[in-house]
Amino acid sequence: MTTRFAMAVDTVRCVGCNACVIACKTENAVPEGGFRDWIAQEVHGAFPDLSMQIRSERCNHCAAPSCVDACPTGASHVAQGGVVAVARNKCTGCKACIAACPYGARYVHPEGYVDKCTFCLHRVTQGRAPACVETCPTRSLTFGDLADPDSPVSRLLRSRRFTVLREESGNRPQVFFLA
Amino acid sequence: MALTRRQFIQIGGAAVGGGVVASGLASRWWGLDRNRVEDPGTDGDRVVASYCELCFWGCGVLAHVKDGRVTKVTGNPDHPLSKGRLCPRGAGATGLLYDPDRLKRPLVRTQKRGADVFEEVSWDAALNKVGEGLLELKRRHGPEALALFSHGSGGTWFKHFMKAWGSPNVGAPSYAQCRGPREAGYLLTYGTPLGSPEPIDLAHARVITLIGSHLGENMHNTQVQDLADAIGSGAQLVVVDPRFSVAASKARYWLPIRPGTDIALLLAWMNVLVEEKRCDAEYLAQHANGLEELKAHVAGKTPEWAAAITGVKAELIRDSARFIAAARPASLIHPGRHTTWYGDDTQRARAMAILAALLGSWGRRGGYLTFNKMGLPPYKVGKEMPHGGKGAADKPRNGGYPVAGEVIASGLCDAATPGHALYDLKGWMVYGCNLIQALPSRKQTIEAIQNLDLLVSIDVLPAEICGWSDVVLPECSYLEREDDVLAPPWREPFLALRQEAVPPLHESKPGWWIAKELAGRVGLGDYFPWKDAREYVDARLTLGRHDVAEARRRGVVLGKVGPVCEEEGLAIELGTDSKKIELHSEELKRLGFDPIPNYVPQEEGPAGHFRLLMGRAPTHTFGRTVNNRLLAEPYPENEVWVNAEAAKALPGFPGPLRNGERVWLVNQDGARSGPVRAKVTQRIRDDCVFLVHGWGQGAKRLRYAHGKGASDAELVTRYKVDPIMGGTGMSVNFVRLEPVGRTA
Repeated sequence: MTTRFAMAVDTVRCVGCNACVIACKTENAVPEGGFRDWIAQEVHGAFPDLSMQIRSERCNHCAAPSCVDACPTGASHVAQGGVVAVARNKCTGCKACIAACPYGARYVHPEGYVDKCTFCLHRVTQGRAPACVETCPTRSLTFGDLADPDSPVSRLLRSRRFTVLREESGNRPQVFFLA
Repeated sequence: MALTRRQFIQIGGAAVGGGVVASGLASRWWGLDRNRVEDPGTDGDRVVASYCELCFWGCGVLAHVKDGRVTKVTGNPDHPLSKGRLCPRGAGATGLLYDPDRLKRPLVRTQKRGADVFEEVSWDAALNKVGEGLLELKRRHGPEALALFSHGSGGTWFKHFMKAWGSPNVGAPSYAQCRGPREAGYLLTYGTPLGSPEPIDLAHARVITLIGSHLGENMHNTQVQDLADAIGSGAQLVVVDPRFSVAASKARYWLPIRPGTDIALLLAWMNVLVEEKRCDAEYLAQHANGLEELKAHVAGKTPEWAAAITGVKAELIRDSARFIAAARPASLIHPGRHTTWYGDDTQRARAMAILAALLGSWGRRGGYLTFNKMGLPPYKVGKEMPHGGKGAADKPRNGGYPVAGEVIASGLCDAATPGHALYDLKGWMVYGCNLIQALPSRKQTIEAIQNLDLLVSIDVLPAEICGWSDVVLPECSYLEREDDVLAPPWREPFLALRQEAVPPLHESKPGWWIAKELAGRVGLGDYFPWKDAREYVDARLTLGRHDVAEARRRGVVLGKVGPVCEEEGLAIELGTDSKKIELHSEELKRLGFDPIPNYVPQEEGPAGHFRLLMGRAPTHTFGRTVNNRLLAEPYPENEVWVNAEAAKALPGFPGPLRNGERVWLVNQDGARSGPVRAKVTQRIRDDCVFLVHGWGQGAKRLRYAHGKGASDAELVTRYKVDPIMGGTGMSVNFVRLEPVGRTA
């Protein structure tokens, strides 16, 4: 089976502390003002009958990535393990991919190219966890290979209820939110 | 030809791409068409193990150093507090290290205090000035006239200085402005304070009750890890908070309590436990004193009684009480932090401690544990320390605080006002405490400062207190220095090393060097016989028979794990005189206080005002990190939380207050703060507003944080002193909102 990298985000455990965000920023030398991951808080109800979901979000590394389709230069591409990546040398900064992404996962790097989460491909290809996963104090983030039924991420998705974001986009996101 | 970074990356990438020629991907010139895996290259060529100082939890870190620069800081997997993981602040350490606003050279004040006008001087000139000032102070007023405020690990060197100098006046706002009431409450009940990190068993608790403690937003790494693990394994939360906190959003029961009424709720919970016989009777019979008195005390304190006071439905109080009781003894009442709210805080902590006793959770798995400390012999100085003849000057002349276990920082502040305390303080050394923001009543603090002969601050950043100092000594950040070994009690006892990852930037110096140099200038050099901190630490490790090289490589030495609770074979032992849990406190009775907590109504605010509550954001440690550009990215400034219904018709506003709109906050005494963005939300009651502490910095030299958000400290013009331990209750201020642009 071909490797299919994916992430499960446990919204029950996550406290939205932003450790994932800061760890990503230093690991990937993300410039000021740019984010490859972020925290979303969604509140429902009225005082005092409330509920809230906290999510650590990032590029969904979609199986049908509209950003790749939209890229005129081939810079946005599907890399190893299904990871959606941007080749800096091919990117002209035209922002077509930014318009096409349903998740707002991309930003323009000050050096002119579009940048985004890579699932820390430089680490995972060496068998290490992405930086956000490694640091998460609540262990809310589980990364692994969906093609491997024994991977922690596969097992979690079998045992827990989950949702994806904007399923209707047809992008087939590969980041799953455990409820 | 000048290469831009981007071109450089392309060429560099092509060079390593040589290996793929055979794949045909590199067929284009220079391989520019190839899709490479981008490696940001932030792994260190050197990795230095140390422990964190972005807050004071003390997590183990690994500092990655590449080309002489710290690229990132990650969690040390060998360290029992971080377990390889860091909170955002810890991960944001490089934001402090490379903060462009850091103190770079020693500063000497050239105009009146508070004008914040300084001259940069050499270390020699600055230290000479401090040395002369100290000697003059000693000659005129004696050694005790000097006080040290100290928060953080580098403070150990200055505490040592104070012992050698001969003054007992060493304090920190972390006691009387934070966890002090809790320490007193548990001391009175169980005979031992809790200390930090708290010896609680979050990981094994089945029900965790948080009372005004927003763990998760208040980010103590290990506790948050344990909390998440507990939730992951099915533990349930009961959260008492006027705000729908992050923890509340995960809770089985959220009790949106009226601020200031927690003791009533706690008494009602006890009432349910006692009336419905849900206490651990056997445990109480064996370990506790005063159960009959307690039963009589809570007899009428029904959930219906408490509902009228707390605004929480009686049914919710009863159901949550039963739920808490059903999980005993693995039902943990989290003792909380920042417990200085209303001036009756020791009694609230007592009520929590008593509730924990009824659940039988002290000394039990999933409750309160007994941790062990890994001892380490002291460095042999070979000369007796003078310490200090007089007692600490932290108590008012007309009485004191009988259960205070540590020196009261606000008391040291008051003692600078002539005639207030047993004797007057004339000099302050301030290490890492921004007293202007940390102590209540900024006005009082500044008045106290004006009475001083000498004020010296030692800090990494130009905190507000630096602007009021006579001499400012720039310390280097924790990544640039060696400090003493950290050895807190823990389930798995350990020693942790602070190690220099990179040499100090600018002309900043480590605390050990500053203290030693000062000591040399005031004739105390003999008390600082070590060459440097490294030699000091190595000597201690060697005396303790530890492998120094191995300790330095790992950054941590692990000790033996012993039993920590009854289930593991550790008998329950109590530190009270009676060797029993004091449900009814003879000690408090003797001192003239309520032996069992009573609910006493709090003063309400003027019409149109909200009670001001303060708290934490996980990305920030008080006001210490607000200038950290890295940490400020996800949380650039605080916002005032306002109930959405209340926001629809605020007095003085032409229409509904909009989310994100800037407002002024004005308190009952006319103190003004802001402008600050409003967070219009369902997540808070309509009788209070909430601010994350630490923003609204007045220090202009904090170029990033200056003026961002609102300072809660500025609005704390009133406070209520806990008569038992001297803590300053600061949630007794009320604010109204004013539209920006129509100030009088």
